[in-house]
Amino acid sequence: MSRSALATLIGAALLILSLPAFAIFTEKPLADPEQEARAQHLMREFRCLVCQNQAISESHADLAGDMRAIVRERIAAGDDNDAVRQYFIDRYGDWVLLDPPLNRKTILLWAGGGVILLVGAGLIFIRMRRSTRSGALGQTALSEAEKAELERLMREQG
Amino acid sequence: MTDSAEQGGETPSRRRTRTGLLFALIPVAAFVVIGVFLFRGLSLDPSEIYSVLIDKPAPAFDLAPLPGKEHGLATSDLTQPVQLVNVFASWCVACRVEHPLLMELKRNGTVPIYGLNYKDQPQAALNWLRNFGDPYDRIGSDLNGRVGIDFGVYGVPETFIVNGEGIIVRKITGPITPQILQKELLPLIAEMQK
Repeated sequence: MSRSALATLIGAALLILSLPAFAIFTEKPLADPEQEARAQHLMREFRCLVCQNQAISESHADLAGDMRAIVRERIAAGDDNDAVRQYFIDRYGDWVLLDPPLNRKTILLWAGGGVILLVGAGLIFIRMRRSTRSGALGQTALSEAEKAELERLMREQG
Repeated sequence: MTDSAEQGGETPSRRRTRTGLLFALIPVAAFVVIGVFLFRGLSLDPSEIYSVLIDKPAPAFDLAPLPGKEHGLATSDLTQPVQLVNVFASWCVACRVEHPLLMELKRNGTVPIYGLNYKDQPQAALNWLRNFGDPYDRIGSDLNGRVGIDFGVYGVPETFIVNGEGIIVRKITGPITPQILQKELLPLIAEMQK
């Protein structure tokens, strides 16, 4: 076998082996291409509850397949995107969305980092202003006791 | 810093030491707060999803019985002061693990147990119950798993504790263990049956 034929064979074998990566599902798409596009888009938003860090659009889990079917059903029944999202939130909570929504429960998640940054910056700012106001380190006035002690030491030296 | 404190003979240097101490406490406090959260996290199972259905009415459903069985299962059957709705399937290995505990509850007449046969072949389910015993007072056959999804099911077995008003009080994801039974389930059932 010639070298180029071997290379072609290996290439073909690798391509076939990589097919599972394309995750082709043999599911019937919606008849309306616009609706199907919406469904596909939504499927990328929902978490597969079984495999947890995969979207249902790419999961082979049985439950993910059922959820894909429900997305198509809801859209075919005339639901808008928010209604489909709400359908799953009602059953599985906000966690079913891969992108967590901003609400009362997730406010700490969204704002926490910024708040800590602001508090830290504020503390540093206060500290810096205080140290510039009171001058360089050690340049504050001596107390009466310190003055007396200094006087005594100077006399001893002298 | 108040004037009265300064009138109390406090020198600026002493005041500075005190604010310095306060600043030094911030990292310690942050460490404690983070530590508490992380320590709590040790005992949490990240794969367990908190159910949004707790304290909400059980979803509306009406399922046919397994062939040859008398009773199916519907929302309107959830009328006892406390009942378990147990999601099971013959293909579910972990269901075998909790099954003896359900049989024990059945023998003792502790609480009515209703089965939600999730995405199972009816004949396989019937064989399973014949081989290992049937702890269920009623079984609904959820062939396409839609009622399971309405219950927020994602890992079989799951067990819902439902009160007399049809409200879901608690959910156990995964098999009921002897420890869960003794420490959580039995006290909760006794409390609700009062």
